[in-house]
Amino acid sequence: MSETSFDVIVIGSGPGGYVTAIRASQLGFKTAIIEKADLGGVCLNWGCIPTKALLRSAEVFHNMQHAENYGLSAEPSYDLAKIVKRSRNIAGQLSAGIKHLMKKNKITVIPGFASMTPGKPAPTVHVDGKSYTSKHVILAPGARARTIPQAGLEPDGKYIWTAREAMTPDTIPDKLLVIGSGAIGMEFASFFSAFGADTTVVEMVDRILPAEDEEISKMARKAFEKRGLTIKTKTQVKSVKPGAKGVTATLTTNGKDETHEFDRVILAIGIVGNTENMGLEKLGVKVERSFIQVDDFSFTGVPGLYAIGDVTTPPWLAHKASHEGIICIEKIAGGNPHPLNANAIPGCTYCHPQIASVGHTEAQAKAAGYDVKVGRFPYVGNGKAIALGEPEGLVKTVFDAKTGELLGAHMIGAEVTELIQGYTIAQKLETTEHELMETVFPHPTLSEMMHEAVLDAYGRTIHF
Amino acid sequence: MPIEILMPALSPTMEEGTLSKWLVAEGDTVSSGDVMAEIETDKATMEVEAVEEGTIAKLLVAAGTDGVKVNAPIAILLEEDEDESALDGYEVGGGAKESAAPKAEEVADKGHGRGPQDDAPKTTAADKSKLSASKASGSERIKASPLAKRLAKEAGIELSDVSGSGPHGRIVKADVESYSPAAAPAKAETKETAVPASDSTEVGAVRSGGADYLAKLGVEAGTYTLEPLDGMRKVIAKRLSASNNNVPDFPLIVDCEIDALLAMRKQLNAQAPEGVKVSVNDMLIRAAALALKAVPAANASFTPDGIAYHNHADVAVAVAIEGGLITPIVRQAENKGLSTISTEMKDLAGRARERKLKPQEYQGGTFSISNLGMMGIKSFGSIINEPHGMILSVGAGAPTPVVKDGELAVATVMSVTLTCDHRVVDGALGAEWLGVFKRYVETPITMML
Repeated sequence: MSETSFDVIVIGSGPGGYVTAIRASQLGFKTAIIEKADLGGVCLNWGCIPTKALLRSAEVFHNMQHAENYGLSAEPSYDLAKIVKRSRNIAGQLSAGIKHLMKKNKITVIPGFASMTPGKPAPTVHVDGKSYTSKHVILAPGARARTIPQAGLEPDGKYIWTAREAMTPDTIPDKLLVIGSGAIGMEFASFFSAFGADTTVVEMVDRILPAEDEEISKMARKAFEKRGLTIKTKTQVKSVKPGAKGVTATLTTNGKDETHEFDRVILAIGIVGNTENMGLEKLGVKVERSFIQVDDFSFTGVPGLYAIGDVTTPPWLAHKASHEGIICIEKIAGGNPHPLNANAIPGCTYCHPQIASVGHTEAQAKAAGYDVKVGRFPYVGNGKAIALGEPEGLVKTVFDAKTGELLGAHMIGAEVTELIQGYTIAQKLETTEHELMETVFPHPTLSEMMHEAVLDAYGRTIHF
Repeated sequence: MPIEILMPALSPTMEEGTLSKWLVAEGDTVSSGDVMAEIETDKATMEVEAVEEGTIAKLLVAAGTDGVKVNAPIAILLEEDEDESALDGYEVGGGAKESAAPKAEEVADKGHGRGPQDDAPKTTAADKSKLSASKASGSERIKASPLAKRLAKEAGIELSDVSGSGPHGRIVKADVESYSPAAAPAKAETKETAVPASDSTEVGAVRSGGADYLAKLGVEAGTYTLEPLDGMRKVIAKRLSASNNNVPDFPLIVDCEIDALLAMRKQLNAQAPEGVKVSVNDMLIRAAALALKAVPAANASFTPDGIAYHNHADVAVAVAIEGGLITPIVRQAENKGLSTISTEMKDLAGRARERKLKPQEYQGGTFSISNLGMMGIKSFGSIINEPHGMILSVGAGAPTPVVKDGELAVATVMSVTLTCDHRVVDGALGAEWLGVFKRYVETPITMML
């Protein structure tokens, strides 16, 4: 007879759900986790990890193509099926790892789709006709790619892909249209163009990667265009019509329509929360435009019911979901965590060049009323960057001129996604420019640029 | 230039005090050495003397204001050749503050400690930073983020007043930003009115919080009167709580027969010069001091870096006074005869009751005695008064049946409890000391040697 009564039930096993479940178990809660598909959710199986595997292949391929620059020779060629297989194997390996973590932490894994009915002290959870009770239910159902069927913007199983289909491509298309220039759009654009796809990226607003600092956006655009991508900003997709061999897309720029043929289309126009069929309406959970409304500590307002991760508020990032879950469960356990500070969540895009940032952009800081000091340091001034053959990029810092608080940091270039955590720690510890200046950065590393970008904000840069 | 009279620090550890009484009024002329005000500190009332000559132009702090921070301006003095017009546009503490703030920033900019700018005239801010530095190096490290420290400094907020919400009470930006006593000292200083009571955040907090505090514990408001904590009560609460938390103590109890001691006291007083009347307590001070000399290992204080063995027996004696207690110290009591001890104690106790002790007369010491025998207490234990290694609690002497040479007899027996700080005095050592003490008490003639 399997258990049906728990302290905590977590619905969804993505990076929000499984991390929360482990923390709950660490805190002494008897915990269950419910997953309708594979453990690890989108992140491990259909998002963060498999795309990183694909992009790594693209990076190695790119380096092979430029082997001569390093005094090497190579005859680059690729096997798409093997690239995809590698990506799938890695996803599988990590999903198995989560299974092990659940076991290690004595978390009951219940496979199936969960729905809920009102109950006390928390809603009752139903999976495959079985009922489970608990003191706390934490929703972490995640999200999926947004589609707009009216404009033909939905996967057709053939030419029109979301991230999910693009992750297991049958071919490198000759001509690819990527709709949306956020992190997901740019990563796929980067991947397919690396293998020779003639790629066009369409963005509604006036710049790509609109969440990033304008200066970084601008540099990214230049870098992509240099690599042969076509970028169309202030452009909308009016319609996408599948034909015999591909699609015909009508793009509207400044009121003018253009029609282009593409072999494949990738939709990267945002996400919608997975809120359907769980019985949320009956419980009285507030859902707005597919996202569950919660307070600072993820409480939905329904006794015993919490929601974390992509199904709540932006940014829609794995590490945000994990951290939110930890705050939520620690609060439930009677701890006194600080609420999540959205401004302290780093964002990383693994296109080539990489982009990473945390906190306010320069424009956001000014709009928020700060008198700012801005520091910049270019990759070309850094010895390690030059030695790597990666002299393109920039590290930018934004400080509050009055208090020396690090308001934001924005980076583009090689390995910035691994560097950003330095600034994130600095922000979390509330260091001022003073401590950052006093910190010794190892030489020769890319991280020295992080030091220099701080020094530059105060007119003290050494190497440029 | 009008002269600001600042709240003086009457002892090195004084942070704030109560301005209990003004002895001058606005318009009075004072000359150097005149007593201008009385200030009540932790434990004593002290007089503030004028250092310069002039006319009192303004009293900035009303009599009876408590929690006045050290170095806060309390009055303005006009020099002989000045009249009231010198006060036009004069802002108390204002000038000094402005010049100080940008300097701090420049220093941070340069990344060096002392630039040439620091040759500028000394400012109150410089003094303040010195103060806070010495404070930080003191007992407790305040955990705060660099940003929180900077924000607090710029806002003139004492970090010790802010409660931290981060891990282990670390003070973060949000804590400083949400900190809001009406206290902002800058404001209080620019107004030429009395420093508001809120300048003492601690006192204010206790007052308003007191009712909430009791309500949480189930005591309804309106069923009691709430007396604000005075300086002495705060110190008693703070020091004894700390001692109770920090010091691993244990009691040793022994009975002393004091018939011989009482007889000797009678003899001594019969022959003592006019005005000298030795008390039992005076004799116990002498006995304790001699025992400390005989067992020097017990005359010790614990420090994190080692045990301090004291050269002298400085015996602190608890004296009950109105509103609390205080422990004046008989210094080097091992070298003092009974009449000296008696005279000294009489003077110290008298001035203690009037709250006129100087800080050096009650701070420090190496050992303490608390005697509740005269109040009929049979026996009791006391809380160690750090840094002392031991405290002796003296109960009442009373006729008690005892067995002497196998026969039942009656003796006057006094029970004493020695509370020891186990970090410096172990059981055997405490027992050894107590044995020597008992011997002096029971054979008091040996005290006279």
